[in-house]
Amino acid sequence: MNGIIGKKIGMSHIYKEDGTVIPVTLIEAGPCCVVQVKTVERDGYEAVKLGFNELKKQKMINKALKGACDKSGVKPYGVFKEFSLDSAAKVGDMVTVDGFAAGDKVLISAVSKGKGFQGVMKRLNYSGGPGSHGSMFNRAPGSIGASSFPSRVWKNKGMPGHMGSVRISVKNVIIIDVKPQQNLLIIKGAVPGHKGTLVEVRKQL
Amino acid sequence: MNLITALEEGFKRQIPEFNVGDIVNVRVKVVEGAKTRIQPYEGAVIARSGSGVRETFTVRKVSSGIGVERIFPVHSPVIEDIKVIRKGDVRRAKLYYLRDKKGKAAKIKEMARDYTPKPAATV
Repeated sequence: MNGIIGKKIGMSHIYKEDGTVIPVTLIEAGPCCVVQVKTVERDGYEAVKLGFNELKKQKMINKALKGACDKSGVKPYGVFKEFSLDSAAKVGDMVTVDGFAAGDKVLISAVSKGKGFQGVMKRLNYSGGPGSHGSMFNRAPGSIGASSFPSRVWKNKGMPGHMGSVRISVKNVIIIDVKPQQNLLIIKGAVPGHKGTLVEVRKQL
Repeated sequence: MNLITALEEGFKRQIPEFNVGDIVNVRVKVVEGAKTRIQPYEGAVIARSGSGVRETFTVRKVSSGIGVERIFPVHSPVIEDIKVIRKGDVRRAKLYYLRDKKGKAAKIKEMARDYTPKPAATV
């Protein structure tokens, strides 16, 4: 399978035999169900739709979801994401972490932590001014453009504003270990987002 | 959280009980080319921080007049063993004040008696 949906559990570290510390992130991934297989003829492109986080409470399932699930004969899920097509995929198949192996490089996408309204130094890495020696220009953005031409501020000029809570993808993330009994992926380094955030793990082809 | 503790359990090692204020001898594995030898490092534990497999401890000694502090991960495979030489009697969790003390003032009082419960004596 080309991808899986998971939940970020948190971070820890593990030791190699020579004492090197490896920072790891734990992702509880799957089991996901193939809910729909999209084809060029029907949908214009190829994809598999995976469902994650099965809804067990009846009141969580609305009629639209129930109807769609009954039609394809799968259980209702809370989260749906599309992944590139694996030729062997059929509706009803279960996708687990078994498809990944230690040493694989993966692409991880998640929504980053919200940082609120931030200035240009934190948000856009502007250098700011000197911190001391009587300087009164510390963290401000400075000039935002020239005068008579263009007599306006260029589009996309970096300004203070909302930071974070955007989808971030990280390439070449190495899988350290896979624990199929616990549906666990152990990944080297950090993953965007807070604990409990939804994470998409894709195989890098 | 349980998944994290379960993972960390597998990386934990058997270490003796020691506290801040104790004088310990840490035997550290040092790799030199193809050979591995063991280097002892003795001093006072001035801090323990972190939890689970991520816990570390700081050992301070005064080596030829210069204070040296080393931070070891408690569960690191680099540590061959930890031996408690003397138990200290201290009132703080972090003994950073020792950095500003010299000579006798930098001494840690030895614990007067062992507070661990002894097996009941048979009469």
